[in-house]
Amino acid sequence: MKLTLKIWRQKNAKSKGNFETYQMDNVSPEMAFLEMLDALNKRLVEEDKDPVAFDHDCREGICGSCGMYINGHPHGPIPAITTCHLSMRFFKEGQTVWIEPWRAKPFPVIKDLIVDRTAFDKIQIAGGFISVNTGAAPEANNILIRKKDSDNAFDSAICIGCGACVAACKNASAMLFVSAKISQFALLPQGKVEAIDRVRAMVAKMDEVGFGNCSNTGACEAECPKQIKLTNISRMNREYFKAY
Amino acid sequence: MNKILFSSISKKFVMATAGLFLLLFLPVHLLINFMLLKSDPEPFNKAAHFMATFPLVKVFEIVLIGAIMIHITWGIMLQIQNWLARPVGYVSGSKADTSFFSRFMIWTGSSVLIFLVLHFFNFYFVKLGLVPGDAEDFYSIAHNLFKLPMYNYIYLTCFTLLGFHLYHALGSAFQTLGLNHRIWTPVVKVISIIYAILLPAGFAFISISLWLFR
Repeated sequence: MKLTLKIWRQKNAKSKGNFETYQMDNVSPEMAFLEMLDALNKRLVEEDKDPVAFDHDCREGICGSCGMYINGHPHGPIPAITTCHLSMRFFKEGQTVWIEPWRAKPFPVIKDLIVDRTAFDKIQIAGGFISVNTGAAPEANNILIRKKDSDNAFDSAICIGCGACVAACKNASAMLFVSAKISQFALLPQGKVEAIDRVRAMVAKMDEVGFGNCSNTGACEAECPKQIKLTNISRMNREYFKAY
Repeated sequence: MNKILFSSISKKFVMATAGLFLLLFLPVHLLINFMLLKSDPEPFNKAAHFMATFPLVKVFEIVLIGAIMIHITWGIMLQIQNWLARPVGYVSGSKADTSFFSRFMIWTGSSVLIFLVLHFFNFYFVKLGLVPGDAEDFYSIAHNLFKLPMYNYIYLTCFTLLGFHLYHALGSAFQTLGLNHRIWTPVVKVISIIYAILLPAGFAFISISLWLFR
């Protein structure tokens, strides 16, 4: 099929950037979205032009690398999938596809569609861990955990830190991400030990790096490729109130 | 300390608690307003006099004014920070499937603020002696205002927008306060919708009754 791509091109963090238009004539519906971009880049390289820079790694929907804002949706118009899992069969003949980078002050554009997501790393480093010595794993059944809690903790832990929640949020808030990272520990006995320090540090870092404030709109939950729930944000708020 | 008081979660906590307090006051105001429908001005004026003079209500009034000021100030502060958090917007817009009214809280809130300013000039500042008028006869002031078509247009528009604001408010406040529950959250949502429809409808009913049927 034929598609018109409108892609954000920006040479580096300091340059202004603009949308470039590319015509794609032989897009197969069986292609993945990133394959389609690969095909475009192959053509650009052959034409001695600068290929479109975009993040990708596993192409299996689990690494959180790929992130682009496609036609008004982070990761494109299909719910609960990452860009690498987005198939071209979801697009129509002759359609115009707008491809933009994540837009948030703490996610500055590095080049084209690649943004600097180290703000998330800083939040993780601030408290997204438990302090235990590595080495031989303890006997798994020494600490019994309620099935419901382990399920909920796992549901939070599957957040891949891609930043779609920030990209989708009208306030560029990172609360879904941060609350998922807090919840995965808060629900488990191993995480309860440092719960107070963790929520204080992670929320302080989240504010410091410049993310917006949550206004409970729910765009993050609607657009999250891993379907992380808003209940995490409520849990994070409870953890925060308990911490002070 | 400032970092804690003005953290994103603390600011939202302040917004939610102040907002909930304002939600509690609105039905009280509505009940008093229903006395405007009586042909005798005495009950409404007595109620207004009681609200203006009873010591406990005076304390409540200070807290209420405080809650209004805080809700407005914090709301504007949060909104500015949120705008600053996304200096460059999206060309393809946002098509996320979200609660419609939650996207416009700052604007529906702003319209309520515009009405509030007007309302204070018409009544509250008269009571304080800042604006000329008979503070002992709010009944006549209200009736005269509701005779003006333009006042009714503004009144009905603002209360419709208040309804939109309330539609998201209650559920949002509960979520912010950490009260998200598998069973109770949907119940709160339903209560929120009923509240958002009934309360402005009550105020609108009084406005239309006095405007068109008196």
